[in-house]
Amino acid sequence: MPVDTTRDATNAGSRRSRRRRRNGRVVRMTLLAGVFLLGGCAGDAPSALDPAGSGAARVANLWWLLFWISTAVFVEVMALLVWALVFRRGRDTRVRHGQPLRFVAVAGAGLPLVILVAVYAVGLRDLAALGHGPGPQAPTIEVTGHKWWWEVRVPGIDGATANELHIPVGERVRVRLRTADVLHSFWVPQLMPKTDLIAGEMRETWLQAQRAGRYRGQCAEYCGTQHAHMAFLVVAEPRADFDAWLARLGSTARQPETDAQRRGQQAFVQASCAGCHAIRGTPADGRVGPDLSDVGSRWSIGAGAVPNDGGHLGGWIANPQTVKPGAYMPPQPVEAARLPDLVAYLQSLK
Amino acid sequence: MSTTAAPVDGASQEDLTRLAERWEERPSLRSWLSTVDHKKIGRRYLVTAGLFFALAGISALVMRTQLARPESRLLSPQEYNQLFTMHGTAMIFLFATPMLFGFGNFLVPLMIGSRDMAFPKLNALGYWIFLFAGLFMWASLPFGAAPNGGWFAYVPLTGEQNNPGLHIDVYTLGLLFLGIATTAASINFIVTALKLRAPGMSLNRVPLFVWAIVATAFMVIFALPALNVDNAMLFLDRRFSTHFFDPQAAGNVLLWQHLFWIFGHPDVYIIVMPALGIVSAVLPAFTRRGVVGYALVVLSIVSIAIISFGVWVHHMFATGLPQLSYSFFSAASTVITIPSGIQIFAWLATMLLGRVVLRVPLLFLIGFIVTFVLGGLTGAMFALTAFDQQVTDSYFVVAHFHYVLIGGAVFPMLAGAYYWLPKITGRMYHERLGRWAFWLVFAGMHVTFFPMHLYGLFGMPRRVYTYRGEPGWGGWNLVSTAGSYLLALGLLLVLAGMVHAIRRGRPAPPDPWGGDSLEWSTDSPPKAYNFPVLPLVHSVHPTWDDATRSSMGADATADRILADGRRTLFTSELDGRRERAAEMPEPSLQPLLLALGLLVFFTAMLLAWYPVAAVAVLAVAATLAVWLWPPRRPDRELGVSP
Amino acid sequence: MSAREGIAAATGTEALTTELPVGRSTGWWGMVLVVATEAILFACLLGSYYYLRFQYGSPWPPGGIREPTLLRPLVMTAVLLPSSLPMIWAEHGIRHGQRWRLRSGLAATLLLGATFLTLLATEYAQTLREFTMTTDAYGSLFYLITGFHGLHVLVGLTMICWLLAASLRGGTFGAYRHDRVRNVAIYWHFVDIVWAAILFTVYLSPRL
Repeated sequence: MPVDTTRDATNAGSRRSRRRRRNGRVVRMTLLAGVFLLGGCAGDAPSALDPAGSGAARVANLWWLLFWISTAVFVEVMALLVWALVFRRGRDTRVRHGQPLRFVAVAGAGLPLVILVAVYAVGLRDLAALGHGPGPQAPTIEVTGHKWWWEVRVPGIDGATANELHIPVGERVRVRLRTADVLHSFWVPQLMPKTDLIAGEMRETWLQAQRAGRYRGQCAEYCGTQHAHMAFLVVAEPRADFDAWLARLGSTARQPETDAQRRGQQAFVQASCAGCHAIRGTPADGRVGPDLSDVGSRWSIGAGAVPNDGGHLGGWIANPQTVKPGAYMPPQPVEAARLPDLVAYLQSLK
Repeated sequence: MSTTAAPVDGASQEDLTRLAERWEERPSLRSWLSTVDHKKIGRRYLVTAGLFFALAGISALVMRTQLARPESRLLSPQEYNQLFTMHGTAMIFLFATPMLFGFGNFLVPLMIGSRDMAFPKLNALGYWIFLFAGLFMWASLPFGAAPNGGWFAYVPLTGEQNNPGLHIDVYTLGLLFLGIATTAASINFIVTALKLRAPGMSLNRVPLFVWAIVATAFMVIFALPALNVDNAMLFLDRRFSTHFFDPQAAGNVLLWQHLFWIFGHPDVYIIVMPALGIVSAVLPAFTRRGVVGYALVVLSIVSIAIISFGVWVHHMFATGLPQLSYSFFSAASTVITIPSGIQIFAWLATMLLGRVVLRVPLLFLIGFIVTFVLGGLTGAMFALTAFDQQVTDSYFVVAHFHYVLIGGAVFPMLAGAYYWLPKITGRMYHERLGRWAFWLVFAGMHVTFFPMHLYGLFGMPRRVYTYRGEPGWGGWNLVSTAGSYLLALGLLLVLAGMVHAIRRGRPAPPDPWGGDSLEWSTDSPPKAYNFPVLPLVHSVHPTWDDATRSSMGADATADRILADGRRTLFTSELDGRRERAAEMPEPSLQPLLLALGLLVFFTAMLLAWYPVAAVAVLAVAATLAVWLWPPRRPDRELGVSP
Repeated sequence: MSAREGIAAATGTEALTTELPVGRSTGWWGMVLVVATEAILFACLLGSYYYLRFQYGSPWPPGGIREPTLLRPLVMTAVLLPSSLPMIWAEHGIRHGQRWRLRSGLAATLLLGATFLTLLATEYAQTLREFTMTTDAYGSLFYLITGFHGLHVLVGLTMICWLLAASLRGGTFGAYRHDRVRNVAIYWHFVDIVWAAILFTVYLSPRL
């Protein structure tokens, strides 16, 4: 992930938390180094332990606190167990009595109570911090969960995009969550813990990235056949780029420039595509599937099912069911000769 | 090890013959179908739950194979979703609780010095219903109609609109059907423990395992109705177009979650609690002393049973409820770890103050402590809302509850299986085979589930039938898959050990371990009437105390032999004073018939053959009427004024 | 037969076939636990009612359904709650070995219970014209709760019929053996008490 320690503009008193974060990072590196030696690599993972936003950072710090306390407790229990196994073996099978209740009460209830109360207090503080959303002036993005993709809109802007949302680095962005069908859960491990999408209700969360980058998110509440392929991307970028994204969202789609693209557009509008998909500035205004006005610039096809390149796009249009079985888009009866045009057109929509 | 012979000298040969006449059944198909012997029913529970465990385990192996590498195409998403739903549902409902109830069925009457459960016919009914409900649910899998909404079946995904077909109807009806068995067994356990304890077994002498089973049974009675109401409403929504969970028509989808977890969280303890009871029952024999802090352990059992009803919202920390309610439920969820801590340290103190005898059952108990403590520590983390919101519904939570459930339930069950195998089958197991099995199970468990903590933290959500390669979860998943094969191999060795013991094991003495509770004071396996002489209990470790032992030998009296009929003793609820000898029911086919009637009813409901269902209801009512029809007695016995 | 004779009979040679019940019976405990779990069942249903109501907000009942009328449910209450009295009277009777009290008490309870069910049927005949189980969640709750309770009344009545049949046979119940009467009575009282909670929730609370 690219590193850009842009200052958290909305949070003036962040020095303390940065120091903590630095300490946390040292610990994390040593520990992860150990874990990585065991095998495998999580370098590209959207890891909650590699936070890039203030929400996830808070939870990562909480995790390390819990981790070390748990390690201490576990070591204590193991030491007692090993002690018993090493020093208390015996063939002497006489039955013994005696009731050292104080040991059980202190070790089993007293100490844990002290630790738990302290940890609970820390946890409460973090809960309050996560609940403390952005101010009224903050940018707002509306996300609607569908089986199995994410519709992204911005209030006051007519356009829509899918499976990708942009936020300005350093700023807190309000995210309003709704679902069109079943429950989903909005989760960007590196930026913010989960918030469920509840049918019939609206939920709110916020995102804030301290450094520019592309952060993978995924639906975390089981939502049926293709729950596995319901990922999205949060792109954190400088404010100017974010404003440009907003502008693109509000404008019509790029017009075709080559003959192939023009033939592709014609095919799109005349074939069944337009019944479900919209492309702003063309007669295609279907609302069932994702708005495709900027599909060429997106990171993936099918909400993270496959990368967005010509080959995969063609395969997807011909038969999405082989890529994402159970998805609601049926195989398209597009003539083989028209397919490259269609792909060329869609790829030009950036 | 001491090998106390069963004190048969208390009862005369004539008494034994008469007892055998009244209690033993000649082997025949009819007696096999009509038995009400709690030991046979207990064994059936164990075997049937073991079968469902195998089916659910094989489902898990298939899933792990699918997940071994990214983008695998071994299973379609539809198949995977049915498999993971059946895996969870079966492990929770068809394996864990019935397996522990199997131990309870076999052991509770033996441990309290009784000749059967309070309601032997109800006991048989419970088994048949459990068997039929389990088959009812599994039978849907070959038809591709198995439940596919996850074991907690959240609406609206499980509503008719999003999930047509029979899948979810199998789930709701299957669980309602099974719920009858679980409730019946729970009531039976409570009444048995209240009324059928041997004379002298006051509450402070009740074995910890029995305490655990009774607390569990109370939790079932108070928790299960929430699940039943939930499933009934979902069935009505799906089949008869009601709107309980429909936000378009004044319904609410979170109602399902509240009701489900009001049942679901106590259910975690319904599973773990009897297993902790097994730990307390097995430990004394291998540490040569009673569990330290009996009263504290009882107190912690009771407080867990109560507090577990106040923590359900921690399963809904990501649903966006008010922060105030989160801080309350977070506090309750934090507090509930303390009683479990007390038990862990009571066991550790028991080991530290006793003399450890390292046999296979104790190995599994050590495996239990290591695993369950890890699961408990991550469990305490989940009490903190902010952390929960980050890792819930990821593989981290999958790791957590497998540590709790395999650590807290399966390891104790295996310890119990080896420990009581001599009592149940009359045969000893092969020690070295058992050790191999332990190490494979232990290693397999941790290799499978420990990495899940990591890839959960690395962002992998649960319940995905596959995943992309880029996030880098593939390596860890491969490790988990390898571990799952290891675990399966270990469990296969456990099975081999059991089969070997039954076929070739050397005969077991009545008390191979020098155990402390009453089951070790009678034959291995026990006679149909359990005890020739019902004991007079003098302490909390009756088999270790001479007065109780001689009450079954030299000091036996006719009013505890009760050879004139099929009888056992009723005692008072609190202090175990003798009240009267009671006649126990004879074997009967009624339980089987009643269960079959219910099977027809639920199958007819599933397939929408409502007239058949109505007929089945009448048949069930008629069977019940005959079952409970009072015997005719002379007026003198009834006490009727002229 | 006096109590002393009873004790003598219980300690005689055939004592073990006729040993007198002492202490609470297993059946009593069983029924109490059944009632406990059933009570939770109704608590969950009524809890669901309040949950949906307060999550929905006002107006309640939603969608133009009128508030339930009170007259008929009050009459139903006046029929059902007192039906416990003849049951108590019958149970006390058989405790003294008086079978005629058992029989007539059961018959009276049966009559009152059947009247209640008839009234419930006329209530449905009226409400079904306005809304059904499929109208909205309010309708679903209304019919589920009252219907489930009605089902319990029906089960209770079936058990009372069964008791009545058994007691008419003779040689069944007496001062020492009337466990089944007691258990059915516990169940019936429970069904009565639950009705009070339902009356409050379904009929009175929408007016509050």
